[in-house]
Amino acid sequence: MTTATPPDLDRRNRRFGIFALVLAAIAGAVFATGTAGVATTFQLNDVFGEPAYATLPAVVVPVAPTALFLALVIAGVGLYQAVRGFGDRATIVISVLLGLFVLAFLVWAARGQQLQVLALLRGTMRAAVPLALGALSGVLCERAGVINIAIEGQFLAAAFTAALVSSATGSPWLGLVGGILAGGLVGALLAVLSIRYRADQIVVGVVLIVLATGVTSFLTSQLLVPNPGLNAPDRFGAVTVPVLGDIPLIGPLLFRHSVTVYLMLLAVVVVQIALFRTRWGLRLRAVGEHPKAADTVGIRVLATRYRAVILGGMVAGIGGAYFTLDAAGQFSREMSGGRGFIALAAMLVGRYSPAGALGAALIFGFADALSTSLQILNVGIPSTLLLTAPYVVTILVVAGLVGRLRMPAADGQPYVKE
Amino acid sequence: MKLELRGITKRFPGVVANDAVDLVIEEGEIHGLLGENGAGKSTLMNILYGLYTADEGEVLIDGEPVTFAGPGDAIDAGIGMVHQHFMLVPVFTVAENITLGVEHTKGLGLLDRRSAEAEVHRLSEEFGLPVDPHAVVEDLPVGVQQRVEILKALHREARLLILDEPTAVLTPQETEDLFRAMRSLKESGRSIVFISHKLKEHKAIVDRISVLRRGRIVGTADPATTSEQELANLMVGRPVGLTVDKADRETGEAVLAVRGITVLDARGKPAVDGVDLDVHRGEIVAIAGVEGNGQTELVRAITGLDPVAGGTIELLGRDVTAFGRKELLRAGVGHIPEDRNREGIVGDFTVAENLVLPMWDAAPFAERGRRRFGAIAEVAEREVDDFDIRTPSIHTTAGSLSGGNAQKVVVAREFARPLDLLVAAQPTRGVDVGSIEYIHRRIVDKRNEGAAVVIVSSELDEVLALADRVAVMFHGRLVGPFPMPVSREAVGLLMAGATPDEAMGATR
Amino acid sequence: MTTPEGPDERQVPPPSPDAASADEPEVRGAEERDREHAAPVHAAAGPMERFVAAVTGTSVVVTILAFVSAMVVGALFIALSEEAVRESMGYFLARPGDALSAAWSVSAEAYGALFRGAVGGAYQLSETGTAAIPLILTGLAVAIPLRAGMFNIGGEGQVIAGGVVAGFVGFAVTGLPFLVHLPLAILAGILGGAAYGFLPGILKARTGAHEVITTIMLNNIAIYVTDYLLSTDRFRLEGRSDPISKTVEASAVLPRIFAGLRLHWGLLLVVVVAVAIWWLLERSTFGFELTAVGKNPDAARAAGMSTGRMIVLGLTLAGALAGLAGGAQILGLQQRITGGFSGGLGFDGITVALLGRGSVGGTVAAGVLFGALKAGGRSMQGATGTSLDLVVVLQALIILFVAAPALVRAIFRIRAQGPATGELAKGWGA
Repeated sequence: MTTATPPDLDRRNRRFGIFALVLAAIAGAVFATGTAGVATTFQLNDVFGEPAYATLPAVVVPVAPTALFLALVIAGVGLYQAVRGFGDRATIVISVLLGLFVLAFLVWAARGQQLQVLALLRGTMRAAVPLALGALSGVLCERAGVINIAIEGQFLAAAFTAALVSSATGSPWLGLVGGILAGGLVGALLAVLSIRYRADQIVVGVVLIVLATGVTSFLTSQLLVPNPGLNAPDRFGAVTVPVLGDIPLIGPLLFRHSVTVYLMLLAVVVVQIALFRTRWGLRLRAVGEHPKAADTVGIRVLATRYRAVILGGMVAGIGGAYFTLDAAGQFSREMSGGRGFIALAAMLVGRYSPAGALGAALIFGFADALSTSLQILNVGIPSTLLLTAPYVVTILVVAGLVGRLRMPAADGQPYVKE
Repeated sequence: MKLELRGITKRFPGVVANDAVDLVIEEGEIHGLLGENGAGKSTLMNILYGLYTADEGEVLIDGEPVTFAGPGDAIDAGIGMVHQHFMLVPVFTVAENITLGVEHTKGLGLLDRRSAEAEVHRLSEEFGLPVDPHAVVEDLPVGVQQRVEILKALHREARLLILDEPTAVLTPQETEDLFRAMRSLKESGRSIVFISHKLKEHKAIVDRISVLRRGRIVGTADPATTSEQELANLMVGRPVGLTVDKADRETGEAVLAVRGITVLDARGKPAVDGVDLDVHRGEIVAIAGVEGNGQTELVRAITGLDPVAGGTIELLGRDVTAFGRKELLRAGVGHIPEDRNREGIVGDFTVAENLVLPMWDAAPFAERGRRRFGAIAEVAEREVDDFDIRTPSIHTTAGSLSGGNAQKVVVAREFARPLDLLVAAQPTRGVDVGSIEYIHRRIVDKRNEGAAVVIVSSELDEVLALADRVAVMFHGRLVGPFPMPVSREAVGLLMAGATPDEAMGATR
Repeated sequence: MTTPEGPDERQVPPPSPDAASADEPEVRGAEERDREHAAPVHAAAGPMERFVAAVTGTSVVVTILAFVSAMVVGALFIALSEEAVRESMGYFLARPGDALSAAWSVSAEAYGALFRGAVGGAYQLSETGTAAIPLILTGLAVAIPLRAGMFNIGGEGQVIAGGVVAGFVGFAVTGLPFLVHLPLAILAGILGGAAYGFLPGILKARTGAHEVITTIMLNNIAIYVTDYLLSTDRFRLEGRSDPISKTVEASAVLPRIFAGLRLHWGLLLVVVVAVAIWWLLERSTFGFELTAVGKNPDAARAAGMSTGRMIVLGLTLAGALAGLAGGAQILGLQQRITGGFSGGLGFDGITVALLGRGSVGGTVAAGVLFGALKAGGRSMQGATGTSLDLVVVLQALIILFVAAPALVRAIFRIRAQGPATGELAKGWGA
C-alpha cells in the first residue's frame, strides 16, 4: 500500500541506507570493541519449565567477532540500499537489518553471561497477547470508519469484569465471557455515541478511557478492596498441545501457553481471512472507505459500523481478560498501564491489517520482554529507556519516516444519509 | 422499462426543490434532462434512486406504482445510477466494485474472486465497455472509472440508467466513446436518463429533452426540431443573450511574465509542463481546456498556492517565483479560487471577517497584532453595499449565506482592493445567470482599470465572450495565447489536442 | 470533428456547470431565490430571540443538564457500591422504599461531603484553588490547539516536561537570589513544556503526522524518561532508591499566599495567563489566524495564512502552558519531582477544555469546577469513605454528556438547533 513517488523513493532509499550505515557504525564501534575474548551464551532451553522434551545445546558465540560480522553485513546491505535501493522491499530489508542490529546488541549486552532466549521469546508472545487483540479491535473499528482510541478503556473494563466474574463463579471461562461482554459494552458505548449521536470520535474515545479508568478504580476501592474474595479469579493454566508441544524450541515457544495466547493467534487468523476474503469483510471495508458508495448499492452503513465496533470491543475484551485471568491473577487499578495505546500504535504500525498488527505487537512485546531480560542481566542499560522504543517507533511510522500510512478513507467521519 | 413520474414534489426547509414534476421515460429511449444549476435535477434523480423520499407524487414502473425506501429498492426495480461523483471504492479492484452488494461467494461468505472476474469480463465484452477486472480503481483514468460505474449498474441488471453530468470530466474522445456505449445500450432496450447542461450534447445524443426550471418541468422538446436558442430560453425562463460590453483598450506593460514553469502533481508527474505566458495591463487572457489538463495547477502556481518545480514567474519585472501566497497577494495579485466554498470563505466566520480575510493582519484592519474591529466593520459595510451582497448583517456567518451570495463575498474582497493581476478560475461556476452577467461586467471593469486579467474556464462561451487573447491548455502544455477573434471551432480543436496549424488552418 | 461542447455562435449564456453533487442537493440555487424574496426568519431575528435560541438549543443548558445527568449516574454508582444499599436491594421487591431511601441517603451524604469539602471554608476554598491552578492551565493547553482544529492529548507529557525542567533548574542551580531564581525556574518550565509541544507541532506541519497519536506517544516517552532521570545520581535524592528528586532550593519556591494554606502565587500567574490568552485568541491577529486555520485550513491558506506556522505555534503555546502547570506543581506544591507527579493533569485538561467548550472563560470556569470536585472528593473520601475515584467518574460522565449534545437533547427532549457532528475526528492522517 505504499504510494511513494519516484523522487520520493530516491530520498527514501538514501535515508534508509544512511540509517543502516549508522546502525552498522554503532554495532561496530560500540558492540565489537573492548570485548575481546569474551563470549555470550544463548540458552535455548526452558530453564523454568519441565524439560520433558529434548533439550538443545546452548549456543556460545564470541562477542567481538560476531558483532563485527553483523556490523559488516548491515553496512554492506545498507550501502547497496543507499546506492541502488531495494525498491518495494526496502521496508522488509530495513526490518531485517534492525533485527540483526538487535542481535548484535544482545550479543554485546549479555557478554560473559547467559541470555535466556526462550524465556525472552516466550515473554514476547505473552506480552503480545493484549497488544495484538487490542490492535485487532482497532482494525475492526477503523476499517469500518470509526476511530477507536478507547482500547485502553476496553482493556480495563474487561480486566475488571473478568476478575470479578471468575472470582464469583470460580470459572475462568465465565470470567472470559464476562470480559468479552464488558469490552463489547464499551464498544457499544463508542458506537452509539459516535454513530448515533455523531459525537467527535476522538473525544468519545478519550472520555471512555477516563470513564473506564474511573469506574474500575472506584469499584476497586469500594468493592474489591473490602471483599478480597471478589478479586481472586481462577486463572487459565498452560495447556500443552499434544505432540507439537514437545518439539524443541518451537514447542515451548508456541504450543505451551494458556488459552489466551491461542485465542489471540486464532483471532488474528480469523479476522485476517474475514476482512480480506469474505463478503462480510468486503462490505465492512467498503463502509470504511466510501460509505456513500456502499449505501448506494444497498449496504446498511450504520448497522455495519455498529457490528464492527461492538465486535471490536469484544475482541479487545479478550485482551483485557488476559491481564486478570492470565498475567496477574487479580485486578489492580489502571493495570493495563497504557498498553491500550501501544495496541493503537501496533494497529498503525501494522497498517490496519490483522497480520501486520500481530507483527507490530510482537515487536513491541519483544521490547517489553527484553527490558525484563536486561534487568535480569543487569547490564547497566536503563530498561526504562528501552520501554520508550514502541512509542518512538510509532512516531516514526505516523510521521511517514518509515513509509506512508494510508488509513481507511472515511475513518472518523460520521455518515449522514442526506 | 417505461418509467413514469407523477406529481413528484420535494421540499427542503424553505425551498421547493421539485414542484409537481411529471416525466415519462419510454423503453429504449435516451431522455435528456436539461436545467440550470439548482433547477432540481439532482433532487429528482435522487428521489428516483431512493436516496430521497418524495413528499408528494408517485413513481410508476411499467405502469405499476413503486415505492423506494432506499437505493436497494431502486436497484431491485432495475434502476441504475452513475453519479457525477463516482460511487466507487478507490482501493478496491474493478471486479470488487462491480460486485459490491451482490458478491459472488462460495459458501461461508468466502468471496469467489474468479467467478466475479469472469462475470465482469463477460459484461465488459457484452456491452463493449472494456475494463480490466483486476485493476485497482484509483489507478484508472476517469473515463474508465465511469465505465466501471456503468458496468456496476448493468451487473445489477439495470434496465434504466441515470447518467448525472457524465461528460463533465471527460475528454472529447472519451465523450465520443461514452455516446457510442449509450447508443448500444439503447439498442439493447435499456432506457437512459442523460443529465447535462451542455446543449450540444443533448442535441447529439438524446431522443427527447425535458427542461427543468425552478423545480418544475417547463417543457419537453424534440431535439431534432428545437434550436439551441429555444432550449436555452426555456432553461433560463427568459430570452437570453450574452453581450459583454467590452470596448477595445490599449494594452500596457507586461504585468505577468511566466517562463517555462513546470508544476508536479501528487504523483510527481508534470501537470504543467514548461508553460510560457505574458499578460499585459488592460487585457484579459482566457485559458480554455478540458478539465484536468493542468489549468488548476497552473493557476495555483501563479497565485503562490503551490510551488513550481522549474521556470520563473515575474510580476512587473520582479522575480516572484519563490514568493509565498501571502507575499503575492500583498504584491497586488487577486485570486478567485475554483472551489469557493472550500478555499474562498471560512463558513463559521462572519461576512465582515471573510471580507477582510486575506488582509487580516494588514493596516487598516490590524495594528501591531491587534485587530481593529471598527475599520473592519466600516469596509465590510461598504463592500456589502457596493457588491449587493444579500445578508441580514455583516455579522452573519458567511456559511449561512446562499451559494451565490457567498461567491459575491469572495469576488467583492478581491475586486475591492487595488490589483495589478487578477486570476479568476471558473469565475461563474455554480452561479445563476443574473450573477454571471454581473461578475463578467466586474471582470471587464477590472481590465478597464488597467489590471492584467487571467481567466481559466472550461466554458467555451465564457472564454470567447471575455477574452482579448485566448489560450488552450492540453496535457499540461499551453497553446497560444492567440489574439481574438479565434473561432469556436478552432478553440474546440485545440482543446482536443490539435496543433495550432491544424486548428487555425481547418477553420480559417 | 466538431467542437465537443458549447452551443453554436448564437448568443447563449454559458450555462453554469451543474456542480451540485449528490451530497449537496440543489437547494443552494433555490435557497438563493428564496432569500431574494424574503430574508429567512432566523437570520433576521433580534438579539433577544437569538439569545433565547442559543440558550435553549445549545451550550449553557446542555452543559448544566449534562452536569445533572452525570450526578445522577454517579449517585447510582455510589448507591450500588454501598454495602447497606446492596443489602436492602436483596429484598427490593418486598420493600422497595428501603432500598431507595438507603440509596438516597448514601449518595446525598457523599455529595454533601463533596460540596462541603470544596467550598465549606477557607481551607476548603484554598484546596479548590490549589487544585484549579494546574487544571486551568492544562485546560487552556487543550483549548488553544482546539482553536486550530487540533486535539492535544499531550498535556500530560508537556506537564511532565515542564515540571522536570523547572524542578531541575530549581534544585541544580544554586546561589541565585529569589527574584532571579524563581522566574528562571518558571521560565525553564514554560520552555520545557513548549519544546515538548513543539515536537508534535513540527511533526504535523512537516509530515502530517496526526497530533493525537504523536502526543499520546510523547506522553509515555516523558513518563519513562522521567523514571530514568529519577534513577540517575544527578536527579535522585541522596540515600533514596525510589523515584524522588532532590528538593528545590528555597529561592525557587513559589510562595504561599496565606500562611497555613496551600494556595500559592501560581494563582496570580494563572489569572495573568488567562487574560493574556483571552486577548490573544479574541483580539489579536494571531488568534484570528489560528481560528481560521482551524475552521477552514484551505481557505486560510488561500488567504495567505500559514497553516504550518499556526500548527507549530498552537501546539508550542499549548505546551508552554502545560509546562507552566508542571512547573507550578513542582515549584509551588511538591518542591521535588516524583515519579508520576503529573497525576493525570494533562488528561484532566482535556475534560476541562471540553466542558469549557474551548473558550477561555469557559475553560477557566470548568477548571475551577473540576478543582472543586477534586478538593471536595478528597474530603468526601475522608468523611464518608466514598472513593475519590468517583470524581474521575463524574468528570468523564459530564464530558460524555457534553460531547454528545444530541444525547442530552434526546434525554431531555430539547429540540435540536442544527446538526451536531464530530468535527475533530478526521482520522490519523499521514
